Amino acid sequence: MSVSAEHSIVRVSGVTKSFEMGKLTVQALKGVDLSIHSGEYLSIMGPSGSGKSTLFNMIGGLDKPTTGKVFIDEVDIAQLDAFELAWLRNRKIGYIFQTFNLIQVMTALENVTLPMTFAGVPDDEAAAKGLDLLGLVGLRERHAHKPMELSGGQQQRVAIARSLANSPAIVLADEPTGNLDLTTGEEIITLLKSLSRDRGVTVISATHDYKMLNVSDRVVWIRDGRIDKIEGRAQLNITVGGIGAKEY
Amino acid sequence: MNQNTIQNRPFVSTGEAVARQVVLPMRKSLEISVKNLKVRFSRSLITVMSLVLAVAFLAFTLIGHDVAMGLLASGDPQVQTDLLKAGFDLAPGRYPGSYEVASSAKDRWIVVLSLLVCTVGIVNAQLMAVTERFREIGTMKCLGALDSFVLRLFLLEAGMQGLAGSLAGALAGCLAGVLGGVLRFGFQSLHYLHLTDLAASLGWSVLVGFGLSLAGVAYPAVVASRMPPVAAMRAEE
Repeated sequence: MSVSAEHSIVRVSGVTKSFEMGKLTVQALKGVDLSIHSGEYLSIMGPSGSGKSTLFNMIGGLDKPTTGKVFIDEVDIAQLDAFELAWLRNRKIGYIFQTFNLIQVMTALENVTLPMTFAGVPDDEAAAKGLDLLGLVGLRERHAHKPMELSGGQQQRVAIARSLANSPAIVLADEPTGNLDLTTGEEIITLLKSLSRDRGVTVISATHDYKMLNVSDRVVWIRDGRIDKIEGRAQLNITVGGIGAKEY
Repeated sequence: MNQNTIQNRPFVSTGEAVARQVVLPMRKSLEISVKNLKVRFSRSLITVMSLVLAVAFLAFTLIGHDVAMGLLASGDPQVQTDLLKAGFDLAPGRYPGSYEVASSAKDRWIVVLSLLVCTVGIVNAQLMAVTERFREIGTMKCLGALDSFVLRLFLLEAGMQGLAGSLAGALAGCLAGVLGGVLRFGFQSLHYLHLTDLAASLGWSVLVGFGLSLAGVAYPAVVASRMPPVAAMRAEE
Protein backbone atom coordinates (compact mmCIF):
# COMPACT_ATOMS: atom_id res chain seq x y z
CA MET A 1 0.00 0.00 0.00
CA SER A 2 1.15 3.49 -0.73
CA VAL A 3 -0.14 4.94 2.50
CA SER A 4 2.23 4.57 5.40
CA ALA A 5 1.05 2.64 8.42
CA GLU A 6 1.28 5.75 10.54
CA HIS A 7 -1.24 7.71 8.49
CA SER A 8 -4.34 8.34 10.59
CA ILE A 9 -7.45 7.85 8.54
CA VAL A 10 -9.61 8.97 11.47
CA ARG A 11 -8.50 11.26 14.27
CA VAL A 12 -10.75 12.13 17.18
CA SER A 13 -9.52 14.90 19.39
CA GLY A 14 -11.02 16.03 22.68
CA VAL A 15 -14.51 15.05 21.62
CA THR A 16 -17.44 15.50 23.97
CA LYS A 17 -21.08 15.02 23.16
CA SER A 18 -24.11 16.03 25.18
CA PHE A 19 -27.70 15.20 24.49
CA GLU A 20 -30.71 17.12 25.73
CA MET A 21 -33.12 14.63 27.25
CA GLY A 22 -36.04 16.84 28.19
CA LYS A 23 -34.67 19.16 30.84
CA LEU A 24 -31.76 16.86 31.56
CA THR A 25 -28.44 17.14 29.75
CA VAL A 26 -26.71 13.80 29.38
CA GLN A 27 -23.05 13.74 28.54
CA ALA A 28 -22.50 10.67 26.41
CA LEU A 29 -18.85 11.37 25.66
CA LYS A 30 -16.61 13.11 28.14
CA GLY A 31 -13.47 13.82 26.16
CA VAL A 32 -12.19 11.17 23.78
CA ASP A 33 -8.89 11.17 21.91
CA LEU A 34 -8.30 8.44 19.40
CA SER A 35 -6.28 7.93 16.29
CA ILE A 36 -7.16 5.18 13.85
CA HIS A 37 -4.53 4.02 11.40
CA SER A 38 -5.18 3.41 7.78
CA GLY A 39 -5.82 -0.25 7.04
CA GLU A 40 -6.31 -1.45 10.59
CA TYR A 41 -9.17 -3.50 11.99
CA LEU A 42 -10.40 -1.68 15.04
CA SER A 43 -13.13 -2.78 17.40
CA ILE A 44 -14.92 -0.49 19.79
CA MET A 45 -16.14 -2.46 22.77
CA GLY A 46 -18.29 -1.33 25.63
CA PRO A 47 -21.55 -1.96 27.43
CA SER A 48 -24.75 -0.31 26.27
CA GLY A 49 -24.95 3.28 27.39
CA SER A 50 -21.18 3.61 27.51
CA GLY A 51 -21.11 6.12 24.67
CA LYS A 52 -19.87 3.50 22.24
CA SER A 53 -22.52 4.16 19.64
CA THR A 54 -22.13 7.91 20.03
CA LEU A 55 -18.40 7.67 19.39
CA PHE A 56 -19.05 5.34 16.50
CA ASN A 57 -21.54 7.73 14.87
CA MET A 58 -19.05 10.54 15.33
CA ILE A 59 -16.31 8.59 13.55
CA GLY A 60 -18.70 7.83 10.73
CA GLY A 61 -19.57 11.47 10.17
CA LEU A 62 -23.17 10.75 11.11
CA ASP A 63 -23.16 13.04 14.09
CA LYS A 64 -21.23 16.13 15.04
CA PRO A 65 -19.42 16.54 18.37
CA THR A 66 -20.53 19.14 20.93
CA THR A 67 -16.90 20.14 21.47
CA GLY A 68 -13.69 18.77 20.04
CA LYS A 69 -12.92 17.73 16.51
CA VAL A 70 -13.23 14.67 14.32
CA PHE A 71 -10.91 14.43 11.34
CA ILE A 72 -11.53 11.97 8.56
CA ASP A 73 -8.54 11.78 6.28
CA GLU A 74 -7.29 14.94 8.03
CA VAL A 75 -10.43 16.87 7.16
CA ASP A 76 -12.43 18.34 10.01
CA ILE A 77 -15.94 17.03 9.37
CA ALA A 78 -17.53 19.93 11.24
CA GLN A 79 -16.36 22.16 8.37
CA LEU A 80 -18.15 20.17 5.69
CA ASP A 81 -21.43 21.26 4.13
CA ALA A 82 -24.28 18.91 3.25
CA PHE A 83 -22.89 18.10 -0.21
CA GLU A 84 -19.45 17.29 1.11
CA LEU A 85 -20.86 15.14 3.89
CA ALA A 86 -22.93 13.22 1.36
CA TRP A 87 -19.82 12.84 -0.77
CA LEU A 88 -17.91 11.56 2.25
CA ARG A 89 -20.61 9.02 3.09
CA ASN A 90 -20.87 8.02 -0.52
CA ARG A 91 -17.21 7.39 -1.33
CA LYS A 92 -14.99 7.47 1.74
CA ILE A 93 -17.09 5.41 4.11
CA GLY A 94 -19.01 2.18 3.73
CA TYR A 95 -21.65 1.43 6.35
CA ILE A 96 -22.74 -1.94 7.68
CA PHE A 97 -25.64 -2.05 10.11
CA GLN A 98 -26.83 -4.42 12.78
CA THR A 99 -30.19 -4.68 11.05
CA PHE A 100 -28.62 -5.01 7.55
CA ASN A 101 -30.77 -2.14 6.25
CA LEU A 102 -31.03 -3.31 2.69
CA ILE A 103 -33.64 -1.41 0.71
CA GLN A 104 -36.49 -3.90 0.74
CA VAL A 105 -37.94 -3.00 -2.64
CA MET A 106 -34.66 -3.52 -4.48
CA THR A 107 -32.85 -6.69 -5.48
CA ALA A 108 -29.46 -7.59 -4.02
CA LEU A 109 -27.72 -6.21 -7.10
CA GLU A 110 -29.72 -2.98 -7.07
CA ASN A 111 -28.84 -2.52 -3.41
CA VAL A 112 -25.16 -2.90 -4.19
CA THR A 113 -25.27 -0.55 -7.18
CA LEU A 114 -27.25 2.21 -5.44
CA PRO A 115 -24.17 3.95 -3.95
CA MET A 116 -22.55 3.76 -7.39
CA THR A 117 -25.62 5.39 -8.93
CA PHE A 118 -25.27 8.22 -6.43
CA ALA A 119 -21.61 8.48 -7.41
CA GLY A 120 -22.57 8.87 -11.06
CA VAL A 121 -21.14 5.55 -12.24
CA PRO A 122 -22.73 4.45 -15.54
CA ASP A 123 -25.25 1.60 -15.22
CA ASP A 124 -23.26 -1.08 -17.07
CA GLU A 125 -20.13 -0.40 -15.11
CA ALA A 126 -22.06 -0.35 -11.83
CA ALA A 127 -23.81 -3.64 -12.63
CA ALA A 128 -20.50 -5.31 -13.53
CA LYS A 129 -18.84 -4.11 -10.36
CA GLY A 130 -21.91 -4.99 -8.32
CA LEU A 131 -21.81 -8.56 -9.59
CA ASP A 132 -18.09 -8.77 -8.81
CA LEU A 133 -18.72 -7.56 -5.28
CA LEU A 134 -21.58 -10.01 -4.81
CA GLY A 135 -19.19 -12.70 -6.07
CA LEU A 136 -16.69 -11.58 -3.46
CA VAL A 137 -19.22 -12.28 -0.70
CA GLY A 138 -20.37 -15.49 -2.41
CA LEU A 139 -23.80 -14.36 -3.57
CA ARG A 140 -23.26 -13.72 -7.26
CA GLU A 141 -25.94 -16.19 -8.33
CA ARG A 142 -28.50 -14.64 -5.94
CA HIS A 143 -28.19 -11.13 -7.34
CA ALA A 144 -31.82 -10.99 -8.50
CA HIS A 145 -33.26 -11.87 -5.10
CA LYS A 146 -35.00 -9.34 -2.88
CA PRO A 147 -33.77 -9.01 0.72
CA MET A 148 -36.89 -10.82 1.98
CA GLU A 149 -35.81 -13.89 0.03
CA LEU A 150 -32.40 -14.00 1.67
CA SER A 151 -31.33 -15.25 5.10
CA GLY A 152 -29.95 -12.87 7.71
CA GLY A 153 -26.37 -13.89 6.99
CA GLN A 154 -26.89 -13.48 3.26
CA GLN A 155 -28.47 -10.06 3.76
CA GLN A 156 -25.49 -8.98 5.80
CA ARG A 157 -23.17 -10.23 3.06
CA VAL A 158 -25.09 -8.14 0.53
CA ALA A 159 -24.73 -5.20 2.92
CA ILE A 160 -20.97 -5.80 3.04
CA ALA A 161 -20.83 -5.87 -0.75
CA ARG A 162 -22.82 -2.63 -0.80
CA SER A 163 -20.47 -1.00 1.70
CA LEU A 164 -17.59 -1.67 -0.70
CA ALA A 165 -19.40 -0.30 -3.76
CA ASN A 166 -17.38 2.89 -4.17
CA SER A 167 -14.13 1.38 -2.83
CA PRO A 168 -14.23 3.32 0.45
CA ALA A 169 -11.21 3.83 2.66
CA ILE A 170 -13.23 3.06 5.77
CA VAL A 171 -15.88 0.47 6.49
CA LEU A 172 -17.96 1.17 9.57
CA ALA A 173 -19.76 -1.80 11.01
CA ASP A 174 -22.28 -1.23 13.78
CA GLU A 175 -22.78 -4.52 15.62
CA PRO A 176 -22.57 -6.41 12.33
CA THR A 177 -23.14 -9.74 14.03
CA GLY A 178 -25.75 -8.51 16.51
CA ASN A 179 -28.72 -10.05 14.69
CA LEU A 180 -26.99 -13.23 13.54
CA ASP A 181 -26.45 -16.64 15.11
CA LEU A 182 -23.00 -17.78 16.21
CA THR A 183 -21.77 -19.52 13.07
CA THR A 184 -23.20 -16.95 10.66
CA GLY A 185 -21.69 -14.22 12.82
CA GLU A 186 -18.32 -15.93 12.57
CA GLU A 187 -18.60 -16.10 8.78
CA ILE A 188 -19.33 -12.38 8.64
CA ILE A 189 -16.38 -11.58 10.90
CA THR A 190 -14.05 -13.72 8.80
CA LEU A 191 -15.31 -12.00 5.67
CA LEU A 192 -14.74 -8.55 7.14
CA LYS A 193 -11.25 -9.53 8.26
CA SER A 194 -10.29 -10.89 4.85
CA LEU A 195 -11.60 -7.72 3.19
CA SER A 196 -9.59 -5.56 5.52
CA ARG A 197 -6.48 -7.66 4.87
CA ASP A 198 -6.83 -8.06 1.10
CA ARG A 199 -8.18 -4.65 0.16
CA GLY A 200 -6.47 -2.55 2.81
CA VAL A 201 -9.79 -1.16 4.00
CA THR A 202 -9.91 0.29 7.49
CA VAL A 203 -12.61 -1.61 9.34
CA ILE A 204 -14.07 0.04 12.41
CA SER A 205 -16.71 -1.89 14.24
CA ALA A 206 -18.75 -1.27 17.35
CA THR A 207 -19.54 -4.55 18.98
CA HIS A 208 -20.45 -6.67 21.99
CA ASP A 209 -19.20 -9.76 20.22
CA TYR A 210 -16.05 -11.34 21.65
CA LYS A 211 -15.46 -13.28 18.46
CA MET A 212 -14.59 -9.91 17.00
CA LEU A 213 -11.59 -9.54 19.33
CA ASN A 214 -9.68 -12.39 17.70
CA VAL A 215 -9.50 -10.62 14.37
CA SER A 216 -9.03 -7.05 15.63
CA ASP A 217 -5.71 -5.29 15.37
CA ARG A 218 -6.73 -3.04 18.23
CA VAL A 219 -9.63 -2.90 20.61
CA VAL A 220 -10.86 0.31 22.20
CA TRP A 221 -12.77 -0.25 25.41
CA ILE A 222 -15.24 2.49 26.18
CA ARG A 223 -16.66 2.98 29.61
CA ASP A 224 -18.74 5.83 30.94
CA GLY A 225 -18.04 8.17 28.04
CA ARG A 226 -14.30 7.75 28.17
CA ILE A 227 -11.72 5.42 26.70
CA ASP A 228 -11.01 2.86 29.36
CA LYS A 229 -8.10 1.21 27.59
CA ILE A 230 -6.78 0.50 24.13
CA GLU A 231 -5.34 -2.93 23.58
CA GLY A 232 -3.17 -4.03 20.70
CA ARG A 233 -2.87 -7.45 19.11
CA ALA A 234 -0.29 -8.73 21.63
CA GLN A 235 -2.24 -7.84 24.75
CA LEU A 236 -5.46 -9.13 23.27
CA ASN A 237 -4.32 -12.74 23.11
CA ILE A 238 -3.89 -12.68 26.85
CA THR A 239 -7.09 -10.82 27.67
CA VAL A 240 -9.56 -12.69 25.51
CA GLY A 241 -11.29 -15.36 27.51
CA GLY A 242 -9.46 -14.18 30.61
CA ILE A 243 -10.33 -11.66 33.26
CA GLY A 244 -10.64 -8.80 30.78
CA ALA A 245 -13.48 -10.52 28.96
CA LYS A 246 -15.51 -11.05 32.08
CA GLU A 247 -15.37 -7.39 32.98
CA TYR A 248 -17.95 -6.54 30.35
CA MET B 1 1.64 13.15 1.47
CA ASN B 2 -1.83 13.59 2.71
CA GLN B 3 -1.46 16.96 4.35
CA ASN B 4 -4.73 18.37 3.16
CA THR B 5 -5.95 21.30 5.14
CA ILE B 6 -9.47 22.65 5.15
CA GLN B 7 -8.49 25.09 2.44
CA ASN B 8 -7.38 22.18 0.30
CA ARG B 9 -10.06 19.60 0.76
CA PRO B 10 -9.36 16.24 -0.77
CA PHE B 11 -13.02 16.04 -1.68
CA VAL B 12 -12.77 18.69 -4.34
CA SER B 13 -9.49 17.42 -5.71
CA THR B 14 -10.98 16.52 -9.07
CA GLY B 15 -11.88 20.13 -9.62
CA GLU B 16 -15.58 19.51 -10.11
CA ALA B 17 -18.10 20.94 -7.71
CA VAL B 18 -18.96 18.36 -5.09
CA ALA B 19 -22.65 18.89 -5.76
CA ARG B 20 -22.23 17.43 -9.20
CA GLN B 21 -20.43 14.40 -7.84
CA VAL B 22 -23.35 13.14 -5.83
CA VAL B 23 -26.14 12.55 -8.28
CA LEU B 24 -29.42 10.78 -8.78
CA PRO B 25 -30.50 11.02 -12.40
CA MET B 26 -34.20 11.67 -13.03
CA ARG B 27 -34.56 8.34 -14.83
CA LYS B 28 -33.23 6.51 -11.77
CA SER B 29 -35.48 8.50 -9.42
CA LEU B 30 -38.47 7.54 -11.54
CA GLU B 31 -37.38 3.92 -11.58
CA ILE B 32 -37.05 3.85 -7.79
CA SER B 33 -40.38 5.57 -7.14
CA VAL B 34 -42.25 3.32 -9.57
CA LYS B 35 -40.69 0.33 -7.81
CA ASN B 36 -41.75 1.72 -4.44
CA LEU B 37 -45.31 2.21 -5.64
CA LYS B 38 -45.48 -1.27 -7.12
CA VAL B 39 -44.25 -2.97 -3.98
CA ARG B 40 -46.52 -0.96 -1.71
CA PHE B 41 -49.38 -1.15 -4.17
CA SER B 42 -52.29 -1.93 -1.83
CA ARG B 43 -51.01 0.70 0.55
CA SER B 44 -50.80 3.34 -2.15
CA LEU B 45 -54.26 2.32 -3.27
CA ILE B 46 -55.68 3.20 0.14
CA THR B 47 -53.80 6.51 0.17
CA VAL B 48 -55.15 7.30 -3.27
CA MET B 49 -58.71 6.21 -2.47
CA SER B 50 -59.64 9.35 -0.52
CA LEU B 51 -58.30 11.45 -3.36
CA VAL B 52 -60.29 9.45 -5.91
CA LEU B 53 -63.47 10.00 -3.92
CA ALA B 54 -62.92 13.71 -3.36
CA VAL B 55 -62.01 14.34 -6.99
CA ALA B 56 -64.96 12.24 -8.13
CA PHE B 57 -67.25 14.41 -6.01
CA LEU B 58 -65.70 17.56 -7.46
CA ALA B 59 -66.05 16.26 -11.01
CA PHE B 60 -69.61 15.10 -10.35
CA THR B 61 -70.59 18.55 -9.09
CA LEU B 62 -68.88 20.39 -11.93
CA ILE B 63 -70.29 18.14 -14.61
CA GLY B 64 -73.77 18.18 -13.07
CA HIS B 65 -73.55 21.93 -13.42
CA ASP B 66 -72.41 21.59 -17.04
CA VAL B 67 -75.36 19.34 -17.81
CA ALA B 68 -77.78 21.82 -16.29
CA MET B 69 -76.16 24.71 -18.13
CA GLY B 70 -76.44 22.81 -21.39
CA LEU B 71 -80.13 22.18 -20.81
CA LEU B 72 -80.74 25.79 -19.87
CA ALA B 73 -78.94 26.97 -22.96
CA SER B 74 -81.27 24.86 -25.07
CA GLY B 75 -83.88 27.58 -24.54
CA ASP B 76 -86.67 25.02 -24.30
CA PRO B 77 -89.15 26.33 -21.65
CA GLN B 78 -90.23 22.79 -20.73
CA VAL B 79 -86.66 21.85 -19.92
CA GLN B 80 -86.27 24.99 -17.85
CA THR B 81 -89.27 24.14 -15.70
CA ASP B 82 -87.87 20.62 -15.30
CA LEU B 83 -84.63 22.15 -14.11
CA LEU B 84 -86.39 24.29 -11.54
CA LYS B 85 -88.44 21.30 -10.41
CA ALA B 86 -85.27 19.28 -10.04
CA GLY B 87 -84.04 21.85 -7.52
CA PHE B 88 -81.69 23.97 -9.64
CA ASP B 89 -81.76 27.70 -8.99
CA LEU B 90 -81.51 30.14 -11.80
CA ALA B 91 -79.56 33.33 -11.41
CA PRO B 92 -79.22 36.31 -13.70
CA GLY B 93 -76.41 35.64 -16.14
CA ARG B 94 -73.62 37.81 -17.44
CA TYR B 95 -75.86 39.39 -20.05
CA PRO B 96 -79.07 41.18 -19.18
CA GLY B 97 -82.06 38.93 -19.73
CA SER B 98 -79.98 35.76 -19.75
CA TYR B 99 -79.96 33.20 -16.97
CA GLU B 100 -77.47 30.68 -15.71
CA VAL B 101 -77.62 27.80 -13.28
CA ALA B 102 -76.51 29.04 -9.87
CA SER B 103 -74.35 26.75 -7.81
CA SER B 104 -75.43 27.21 -4.25
CA ALA B 105 -72.94 28.28 -1.58
CA LYS B 106 -73.73 25.08 0.29
CA ASP B 107 -72.69 22.94 -2.69
CA ARG B 108 -69.46 24.83 -3.02
CA TRP B 109 -68.66 24.45 0.65
CA ILE B 110 -69.32 20.74 0.63
CA VAL B 111 -66.92 20.31 -2.29
CA VAL B 112 -64.25 22.48 -0.65
CA LEU B 113 -64.67 20.64 2.62
CA SER B 114 -64.36 17.25 0.99
CA LEU B 115 -61.19 18.37 -0.75
CA LEU B 116 -59.79 19.68 2.54
CA VAL B 117 -60.57 16.44 4.34
CA CYS B 118 -58.92 14.56 1.51
CA THR B 119 -55.77 16.69 1.79
CA VAL B 120 -55.57 16.08 5.51
CA GLY B 121 -55.95 12.37 4.75
CA ILE B 122 -53.07 12.52 2.30
CA VAL B 123 -50.85 14.34 4.82
CA ASN B 124 -51.67 11.69 7.39
CA ALA B 125 -51.03 8.75 5.07
CA GLN B 126 -47.78 10.21 3.78
CA LEU B 127 -46.54 10.98 7.29
CA MET B 128 -47.13 7.34 8.15
CA ALA B 129 -45.30 6.28 5.03
CA VAL B 130 -42.34 8.41 6.13
CA THR B 131 -42.34 6.89 9.61
CA GLU B 132 -42.54 3.45 8.09
CA ARG B 133 -39.59 4.16 5.88
CA PHE B 134 -37.35 6.12 8.24
CA ARG B 135 -34.74 3.41 8.26
CA GLU B 136 -34.74 3.18 4.49
CA ILE B 137 -34.35 6.94 4.24
CA GLY B 138 -31.55 6.95 6.82
CA THR B 139 -29.81 4.16 4.94
CA MET B 140 -29.99 6.04 1.67
CA LYS B 141 -28.49 9.05 3.41
CA CYS B 142 -25.67 6.86 4.70
CA LEU B 143 -25.07 5.72 1.14
CA GLY B 144 -24.65 9.33 0.10
CA ALA B 145 -28.16 10.52 -0.78
CA LEU B 146 -28.73 14.25 -0.51
CA ASP B 147 -31.87 15.72 1.08
CA SER B 148 -33.04 16.66 -2.39
CA PHE B 149 -32.97 13.01 -3.56
CA VAL B 150 -35.33 11.96 -0.79
CA LEU B 151 -37.55 14.96 -1.40
CA ARG B 152 -37.68 14.18 -5.10
CA LEU B 153 -38.55 10.52 -4.55
CA PHE B 154 -41.46 11.40 -2.27
CA LEU B 155 -42.73 14.11 -4.61
CA LEU B 156 -42.50 11.79 -7.59
CA GLU B 157 -44.39 9.05 -5.82
CA ALA B 158 -47.07 11.43 -4.63
CA GLY B 159 -47.25 13.03 -8.06
CA MET B 160 -47.84 9.69 -9.74
CA GLN B 161 -50.38 8.69 -7.12
CA GLY B 162 -52.05 12.06 -7.47
CA LEU B 163 -52.25 11.88 -11.24
CA ALA B 164 -53.59 8.34 -11.29
CA GLY B 165 -56.04 9.02 -8.48
CA SER B 166 -57.28 12.28 -9.97
CA LEU B 167 -57.76 10.73 -13.39
CA ALA B 168 -59.69 7.82 -11.94
CA GLY B 169 -61.73 10.14 -9.73
CA ALA B 170 -62.47 12.61 -12.52
CA LEU B 171 -63.61 9.84 -14.86
CA ALA B 172 -65.78 8.27 -12.19
CA GLY B 173 -67.29 11.64 -11.27
CA CYS B 174 -67.85 12.46 -14.94
CA LEU B 175 -69.60 9.17 -15.54
CA ALA B 176 -71.78 9.65 -12.48
CA GLY B 177 -72.59 13.26 -13.44
CA VAL B 178 -73.56 12.40 -17.00
CA LEU B 179 -75.55 9.34 -15.94
CA GLY B 180 -77.33 11.41 -13.32
CA GLY B 181 -78.26 13.94 -15.99
CA VAL B 182 -79.59 11.24 -18.30
CA LEU B 183 -81.66 9.68 -15.52
CA ARG B 184 -83.19 13.01 -14.52
CA PHE B 185 -83.70 14.72 -17.83
CA GLY B 186 -83.41 11.95 -20.38
CA PHE B 187 -81.12 11.80 -23.38
CA GLN B 188 -81.67 15.44 -24.28
CA SER B 189 -79.22 16.28 -21.50
CA LEU B 190 -76.52 14.51 -23.53
CA HIS B 191 -77.61 16.31 -26.64
CA TYR B 192 -77.31 19.76 -25.10
CA LEU B 193 -74.13 19.05 -23.14
CA HIS B 194 -71.18 21.07 -24.45
CA LEU B 195 -68.12 18.86 -24.83
CA THR B 196 -65.77 21.77 -24.19
CA ASP B 197 -67.44 22.39 -20.83
CA LEU B 198 -67.16 18.71 -20.01
CA ALA B 199 -63.48 18.63 -20.94
CA ALA B 200 -62.79 21.77 -18.93
CA SER B 201 -64.51 20.30 -15.87
CA LEU B 202 -62.52 17.09 -16.23
CA GLY B 203 -59.31 19.06 -16.63
CA TRP B 204 -60.01 21.19 -13.57
CA SER B 205 -60.80 18.13 -11.46
CA VAL B 206 -57.57 16.39 -12.45
CA LEU B 207 -55.58 19.56 -11.89
CA VAL B 208 -57.08 20.19 -8.47
CA GLY B 209 -56.56 16.57 -7.42
CA PHE B 210 -52.97 16.56 -8.62
CA GLY B 211 -52.25 19.85 -6.89
CA LEU B 212 -53.82 18.68 -3.64
CA SER B 213 -51.80 15.47 -3.59
CA LEU B 214 -48.60 17.47 -4.06
CA ALA B 215 -49.67 19.94 -1.38
CA GLY B 216 -50.48 17.04 0.92
CA VAL B 217 -47.08 15.41 0.50
CA ALA B 218 -45.04 18.60 0.83
CA TYR B 219 -44.73 18.59 4.61
CA PRO B 220 -44.17 14.81 5.00
CA ALA B 221 -41.57 14.90 2.22
CA VAL B 222 -39.68 17.71 3.92
CA VAL B 223 -39.77 15.77 7.19
CA ALA B 224 -38.40 12.72 5.34
CA SER B 225 -35.66 14.60 3.57
CA ARG B 226 -34.42 16.12 6.82
CA MET B 227 -34.22 12.75 8.53
CA PRO B 228 -30.71 12.39 9.94
CA PRO B 229 -28.70 9.44 8.64
CA VAL B 230 -28.23 8.24 12.22
CA ALA B 231 -31.88 7.10 12.03
CA ALA B 232 -30.62 4.13 10.04
CA MET B 233 -28.55 3.00 13.00
CA ARG B 234 -31.42 2.62 15.43
CA ALA B 235 -31.83 -1.03 16.12
CA GLU B 236 -35.47 -1.08 17.21
CA GLU B 237 -38.00 -1.76 14.51
